Amino acid sequence: MLSAGQVRRGLAAGGASLAVIGVLVGLPTGALLGLAPASPAAPLFDAYTLNLLRFTLLQAALSTFLSVVLALPVALALARRSAFVGRIWIIRLMAVPMGLPVLIGALGLIGIFGRQGLVNRLLAMVGVDQPVNIYGLSGILLAHVFFNLPLACRLMLAGLERLPAEDWRLAASLGLGRLSLLRHVELPALARVLPGAAGLIFMLCATSFTLVLVLGGGPAATTLEVAIYQSLRFDFDPARAIALSLLQIALTGLVLTLLSRLPPAEASRGEGRAPRRFDGQGPAGRLADALVILLATLFLLLPLGSVVMAGLRADLLRLVALPAFHQALFTSLAIALAAGLLALLLACGILAAQAAIADRRHPSRLLAAFGRLLSAVSSLVLLVPPVVLGTGWFLLVRPHADVTRAAPLLIAAINMLMALPFVMRVLAPAFESHRLRTGRLAASLKITGLARLRLIDAPVLTRPLLMALSFAMALSLGDLGAVALFGSQDLVTLPWLVYSRLGSYRTQDADGLALLLGLLCLALTALGTAGHRREP
Amino acid sequence: MSLPPPATPAVELEGVRLTLGKACFSFDCRIATGRITAVTGPSGSGKSTLLNLIAGFETPDAGRVRLAGADVTGHPPGARPLSLVFQDNNLFAHLDLFTNIGLGVHPSLKLSGPDRERISAALRRVGLAGYERRRPGTLSGGERQRAAFARALVRRQPLLLLDEPFAALDPALRQAMAALLAELHRETGASIVLVTHDPGEVIRLADDVIYLEEGRILFQGDKQAFCAQTAHPEISKFVASS
Repeated sequence: MLSAGQVRRGLAAGGASLAVIGVLVGLPTGALLGLAPASPAAPLFDAYTLNLLRFTLLQAALSTFLSVVLALPVALALARRSAFVGRIWIIRLMAVPMGLPVLIGALGLIGIFGRQGLVNRLLAMVGVDQPVNIYGLSGILLAHVFFNLPLACRLMLAGLERLPAEDWRLAASLGLGRLSLLRHVELPALARVLPGAAGLIFMLCATSFTLVLVLGGGPAATTLEVAIYQSLRFDFDPARAIALSLLQIALTGLVLTLLSRLPPAEASRGEGRAPRRFDGQGPAGRLADALVILLATLFLLLPLGSVVMAGLRADLLRLVALPAFHQALFTSLAIALAAGLLALLLACGILAAQAAIADRRHPSRLLAAFGRLLSAVSSLVLLVPPVVLGTGWFLLVRPHADVTRAAPLLIAAINMLMALPFVMRVLAPAFESHRLRTGRLAASLKITGLARLRLIDAPVLTRPLLMALSFAMALSLGDLGAVALFGSQDLVTLPWLVYSRLGSYRTQDADGLALLLGLLCLALTALGTAGHRREP
Repeated sequence: MSLPPPATPAVELEGVRLTLGKACFSFDCRIATGRITAVTGPSGSGKSTLLNLIAGFETPDAGRVRLAGADVTGHPPGARPLSLVFQDNNLFAHLDLFTNIGLGVHPSLKLSGPDRERISAALRRVGLAGYERRRPGTLSGGERQRAAFARALVRRQPLLLLDEPFAALDPALRQAMAALLAELHRETGASIVLVTHDPGEVIRLADDVIYLEEGRILFQGDKQAFCAQTAHPEISKFVASS
């Protein structure tokens, strides 16, 4: 259906995308492997490293378990109460942690669960003098649950809402009780999404950097990612950084391999169109569900409210006028825009090549392999976490050039790679459905080249492209991982500014800046997800 | 329709072979100029594949495809002198009807004054007068197919391929659309290939019939012969169900 020229250009674009990604990921990984000490077993498996690995896995496993188990009653209650007051807004609230910079979420959690926070003050009032500790393992778990419970809940809710409405009517007409409904209808639906959801959350927690950096600390509560950063930035021990990086790659590789065997968990695109339920109509059931939903909402809302309240207490007008703020805002936006645009460009190349290969009736073995490589790119990018990528580039660039001068480029490149899987997830379905709808028609009417771009593609694809761009920019704007390695006096992004103000005990400044950054990122994420609801 | 068919067929498939996955197709046929030829047969028998071969969406592994005597094997769809109407997605959803039909006149929309007049006239002809600025999403299924017919009208191609064009419509609308198609055929004299699984449509519209089974042509001839044949019980059953 595509002309020979279109196929050629598509394959070339995909090849170029793949080459760029290959260089950006392959060079630093190669550098890490090449620089690894001759006998890697020695520094790789001393007591300290084993401790790190143990803690990384322990906190990820516990975080996953808690997120999923606590999300379970919330998802069941939300699914049951299709007419709950403000239900749509509660479900939208569950999407907020996804778009919130992790650092800002951490600040909010400290505001509520910290030593001076609401919870500990309330506990002290009723006579509990053993305050909740926001630092160390308990804090890391709390924060991971804050970020991942809503994710698990949304995935499970989607699993329940995918059930046909007839299932609930059938269950009601058969008179299934609470337990048999759970056993025969709800749990089987959840079982389809649970492994994927748990795997995804485990992956996120095993590579979590910012939360552990802010809330962890000391050898007792440090993960591999943070240890890599510390060994490079504070101890300047490249050998250790390399060893830990390789260990991290092996770990993510293992998790990704396991993850690829699980069915993927997808949040549904439509929201709030829940089927009518006939079970749990008694007052006790209603009360219990309302309580569960209310608690979960409060758990999400209180830290967010704390960020807003603390931010408003700061002198926002003064902060906005600060040259340091202007500089950081400009740097952040420039890096985010570069990362976002580059991610779009590479994603479009990959999609064009995939379309060209799909067009072939009988792709050659080489072409089929190329196609499989293109679809694996998203996972390949996840294999090497940002801090590891940064470490590789740091060691690669340092002997030859000033790292601080290359830093903005490197941060943009790393942020681009982080955003790429998300950009692909927004663009791939949009491009595919556009191709199916218009491919034959455009070919039969001989609409090609610029005319096709202007009349057929641009009007339809501009929207998903802008969505993907704003989503990618939100990710880059909120990222602390890459900038933590490369940040300096001369290169300050907004999250780095917040983090350094926090470090120098100018908490009020940090709170104010956090509010501004949080609003900026949430606005971009809202733009990036808004289009899902209005399909033409 | 009493004139004898001209010597050069509108479509000629000569020894065409195509393998798609496990399905093999093999077509040898001539489709007469100026007549309505229905292509029918059970699901999966290759009706749409036959149409895709003529339109250029599939390229045969072997054999030649000729349109009005000219060999077009391997030519891209846009380079073939024909118009198409699919079952759905006939219009770009984001463009209004005028633009959609204008794209049939000129693929980068360079339209002259007479072109614009022609587009409006075609819309009037199919019963959509004044619908120039409407988007496809605001129209009913029947109206969208009328718009697709209007585009076929302005393209003035000698061959019109229709792939189950009425399958998504309800029965009453189907009859009205079939009547419109017959009128347009009388006015333009174009050759029409109509893929359909509806025996009633075959009987109502076709001059000639091609009946496919498992990727091969089981019967080819005019409608009277198709209805009268007794060699193939499955065809008799098909005719009886109309």
